[in-house]
Amino acid sequence: MSEEVIKLPEEKVRYRDLIINGIVAENTIFKLAISLCPAIAVTNSLRNGFLMGIAVLFVQTMVNITVAAFRRFIHPRIRLPIFMLIISGWVSVADMTMAAFAREAYKQMGLYIQLIVAFASILARAEMFASKNRIAPSMFDGIGMGLGFLFALVVISFFRELLGRGSLWGLQIIPTKPLLIMILPAGGFLAVGILMAFFNWIDARYLKKRTVHH
Amino acid sequence: MEKEFTKLFELFIAASLINNFVFTRFLGLCIFFGVSKKMETAVGMSITFTSVMVISAALSWLIYNYVMIPLDITFLKIVIFIGVVAAFVQASDTIMRKVSPGLYYKLGIYLALISTNCIILAVPLINAGERYTFIESLAFGLGSGIGFALALIIMASIREKLELADVPAPFKGLPIAFVTTGLIALAFTGFSGLITL
Repeated sequence: MSEEVIKLPEEKVRYRDLIINGIVAENTIFKLAISLCPAIAVTNSLRNGFLMGIAVLFVQTMVNITVAAFRRFIHPRIRLPIFMLIISGWVSVADMTMAAFAREAYKQMGLYIQLIVAFASILARAEMFASKNRIAPSMFDGIGMGLGFLFALVVISFFRELLGRGSLWGLQIIPTKPLLIMILPAGGFLAVGILMAFFNWIDARYLKKRTVHH
Repeated sequence: MEKEFTKLFELFIAASLINNFVFTRFLGLCIFFGVSKKMETAVGMSITFTSVMVISAALSWLIYNYVMIPLDITFLKIVIFIGVVAAFVQASDTIMRKVSPGLYYKLGIYLALISTNCIILAVPLINAGERYTFIESLAFGLGSGIGFALALIIMASIREKLELADVPAPFKGLPIAFVTTGLIALAFTGFSGLITL
């Protein structure tokens, strides 16, 4: 799919399609099933899941912009180390910003923020898209992929917090805790597995004909 | 002396069972789901992983304590650790190809896969964050590696059977693997409280 995106002449790539592609067709978590670690680790509350998603959105967009801007100066043979350097630079920015402004959340998920650097999805987008396209499309591609990730994290953490604690964003909604297992580590795996199956089911049932073309 | 040994042992058990990287810290999931389809690959991956983890824990400890702290550049730890790990993996790849082609043929492909894996990077980051001593870092690295190997081998032996099971269509493939992992993780919850550090 992504190969097709790259080969198109640039004026034909519509920005809206790039964003939708990131959210639906190539959703990092539900479709590609990569970068799963934080999807389970930080999604036991809606707020943590949201913050993590924002951090990834920021890093993905900035990395795509930087790679696209410097793509003519990066020698192809050393491109991967350079990409890693760019990614770790932007992750450090996100890490320090988080440590300064969101202390409580950072205590719980600091390690996972630092580990954004090892996300296959970010390197993959830099390599497959940003290194071959101009700045504007790369930026929208980054936003799309980031939003897709954010969407997945919000959905997972919505169900986990609601079922596990009976609350949303820290506010108590249901007086009891319906399914305590959901906020345990095991619940994260179960929630992702069931949601994935749910999306597969929807795909098979309603979206059979709608394969994505650009 | 004995007390120190006990502490190291506790650290090892904690890293491998209680805070198992896969089941309680959720790291290395991409590789965990990627290579756990066959027992043979799982074993090869486990061996490579554990050795890389111990050596990179040692290397990054030395660099953190003897280079980064004196120069006061600990804020660059993400950049430096990933550089160290990637360089080390690349180097061992080259050395192994020259010195022992047989071993390279068996394990080389895993080596390429793990250069930027999150577990390999998490070990140095946790070591630096917890301020472990050199020996403690090694124990932590070894414990994490063994814990990951344990998880991979358990999962591989289940998934080989799962291939033959009659799974509902939407759950085929990854979703059922996730649910299975959830159940194993539930079992691993039983280890919590075994040792309090």
